[in-house]
Amino acid sequence: MKRNPILRIVAKFLIPLIILFALYVQFHGDFGPGGGFQAGVIFSAALILYALVFGLDAAEKIIPPHILRLLASAGVVLYASVGVIPLFLGANYLDYSVLGSTQIKGQHLGILLVELGVGMTVTAVMLIIFFAFAGRGRP
Amino acid sequence: MGNHISLLLVVIPLIAAPIVAVLPRGGRLPWLTTLIITFICAFLASSQLWMVLNDGVISYELGGWAPPWGIEYRIDAVNAFVALIVAAIAAITLPYALLSAEKEIPQHQIPLFYSAFLLCLTGLLGITQTGDLFNVFVFLEISSLSSYALISLGRNRQALTSAYQYLIMGTIGATFFLIGVGLIYSQTGTLNMQDLAKLLPQLSQLKTVHTGFAFIMIGIALKLAMYPLHLWLPNAYTYAPSVVTVFLAATATKVAIYIMLRVLFTIFPDDFLLATPTYDIFILSGMAAIIFASIYAIYQSNIKKLLAYSSVAQIGYIALGIGFASSKGVTAALIHLFNHALMKAALFMAVGAIIYRIGSCNMKNIDGLGKQMPWTFGAIVIAGLSLIGVPGTAGFISKWYLVTAALEQQAWISVVVILFGSLLAVIYIGKIIEALYFKPVTDSNQSAQEAPLLLLVPLWVLVCANIYFGLDTSLTVGVAEKAADVLGVVDIGIMNK
Amino acid sequence: MDFFISHYNYWIVIFLMMVGLYTVINRGNLIKKIIGLNIFQVSVFFLYISMGAVKDGAAPIITEGVKLYSNPLPHVLILTAIVVGVATTALGLALVVRIKESYGTIEEDEIHEMDHSL
Repeated sequence: MKRNPILRIVAKFLIPLIILFALYVQFHGDFGPGGGFQAGVIFSAALILYALVFGLDAAEKIIPPHILRLLASAGVVLYASVGVIPLFLGANYLDYSVLGSTQIKGQHLGILLVELGVGMTVTAVMLIIFFAFAGRGRP
Repeated sequence: MGNHISLLLVVIPLIAAPIVAVLPRGGRLPWLTTLIITFICAFLASSQLWMVLNDGVISYELGGWAPPWGIEYRIDAVNAFVALIVAAIAAITLPYALLSAEKEIPQHQIPLFYSAFLLCLTGLLGITQTGDLFNVFVFLEISSLSSYALISLGRNRQALTSAYQYLIMGTIGATFFLIGVGLIYSQTGTLNMQDLAKLLPQLSQLKTVHTGFAFIMIGIALKLAMYPLHLWLPNAYTYAPSVVTVFLAATATKVAIYIMLRVLFTIFPDDFLLATPTYDIFILSGMAAIIFASIYAIYQSNIKKLLAYSSVAQIGYIALGIGFASSKGVTAALIHLFNHALMKAALFMAVGAIIYRIGSCNMKNIDGLGKQMPWTFGAIVIAGLSLIGVPGTAGFISKWYLVTAALEQQAWISVVVILFGSLLAVIYIGKIIEALYFKPVTDSNQSAQEAPLLLLVPLWVLVCANIYFGLDTSLTVGVAEKAADVLGVVDIGIMNK
Repeated sequence: MDFFISHYNYWIVIFLMMVGLYTVINRGNLIKKIIGLNIFQVSVFFLYISMGAVKDGAAPIITEGVKLYSNPLPHVLILTAIVVGVATTALGLALVVRIKESYGTIEEDEIHEMDHSL
């Protein structure tokens, strides 16, 4: 890749912006279009771009596969267990209203945590799928 | 926590699945965790059935959103019964899974295997719990996707192609279901089953509703391998690891039959069904399955494939029971649903024990094994007799109720077909027993020993259940009759049409 | 003729559905089958999304001065179905990669000649 300076510089310039946009989509999901699914895919797109330009080995140094696996699992567990907490507070599954002092605050906190879980899992799973296919047939 | 049981049944395996996936690869920790989870689920499912039988319907609103806007878990005798079958079979399969999976699945994939197993359990239990039609689709896909992955773990390369074939067929089935749900939603504006049942009687003339109904039926029929949409099943069951075959054969198609019953009897009104040829199709498909799949089974040289074709035939009996359109027929179908889970799980477990010892389940390689492995052989004989329907076994009870239901309708052809199907079962079970016991022991089988205790105990638990439910029918028949009652099956009868 | 034009979304859906199903059934290449499956699924997504649209309705985000919103529920449902579709595609392609590694081909008839299993 040393012979493609333009590609490398453009990628280096774009990757932080893509990540920033992913975070915006993630956290603005409560007020407008967006949320964990979209943010996760955009976030993983930034890392996949990095892997395409700088090589798989360099990308795996940033996020090793076992971390990805942990991240994917942790996201699902976070999602499901945020739903379980209301059970202990006397409400039904996924009823976030009881998480905060008011109903709106509770729902807000619940959705934020759930979307965080979704974002983590989607990022990790998209990267796992990419690494699994791209890494196939490597020595 | 009593009122949360219906939810915990789904959420506990769901949370456990990703945790099991990241457990250390060596050692038996993933297995132990899964074992504990399945036992908790079996306990919850049995207490749920007990609660439903005593206190009536349980309704659970997810997220506190009242139905029909929110998702509702609605448990009556039917769901509770099917959920108990699924959870109990999972709990019995797990002790068996330890050695069988270590033998047949690469070491580094074991945690992922148990994770996929738990996801499959989540999906199957979810289908039984939910009262929302779209939620059924989501859980259907969770269970299907994980079962494609489970099947592809088989040792032969045919496992990959059969998983691929199942993936294509299963996805088409699920997408058909989705189209049907969409068309129904466009006319009613609701996805809640109870709400649909209230709204559909006024709309039953609409063409869109008819089209949606047809799409839903074909979609589920693909999933439950109703003849002639069964083509994915024999290969998938044959090449999957033994544990996976035991679990899927006993639960996956049963859960699909449950949705079929729900859609037919709870959601769509009776006069709507009478205006369509639904029941005739069930009877024709059931009879064709019993005859043709049984004949196919006789010609198989791989025991797992033989039993898989026999599964298609047994699903035919259940379809026939539904097709009688009477409460007796549906009762018989539900009893057979339970009993078939027992006998097929026992038979596939016994075959798995043979594979554990000699690494093959081909007719050519099993000569004389019955003398080397007497306990496994005994299990095959008893479960086989149950499959044939010999008095004193669970299989007899379901055949008895099915024949009674057929006689009530004066459906003489069906009676003949049911009895003929039993005759064909005698032939294919006889083939296995002949090879196992009446052929001289080959040299390579001389050294084969009885299967280890950890495989035999779950196997014999199921075999004893086959005998127990053949003698004491108060639980199965009682629950099945109550379930048929809850479904609101009206005795229309095929003759009165 | 008005009937055809006013229901144009259904014609698109039916066309895509048939293209997808035909590809799944007719093509012998395992990857093309998965592409067909994807087209088939996308047609169903269109069916749901076009169903949720309300004539002159705004996007379903609460805004001042807007009275009529589109129905967001079908869109939410299809978001789930899209995720399911992605998972199915990934799993299917992974199977195809493994099939290619063990058979050396992804043509259905050649695999059938070797194993009689597809």
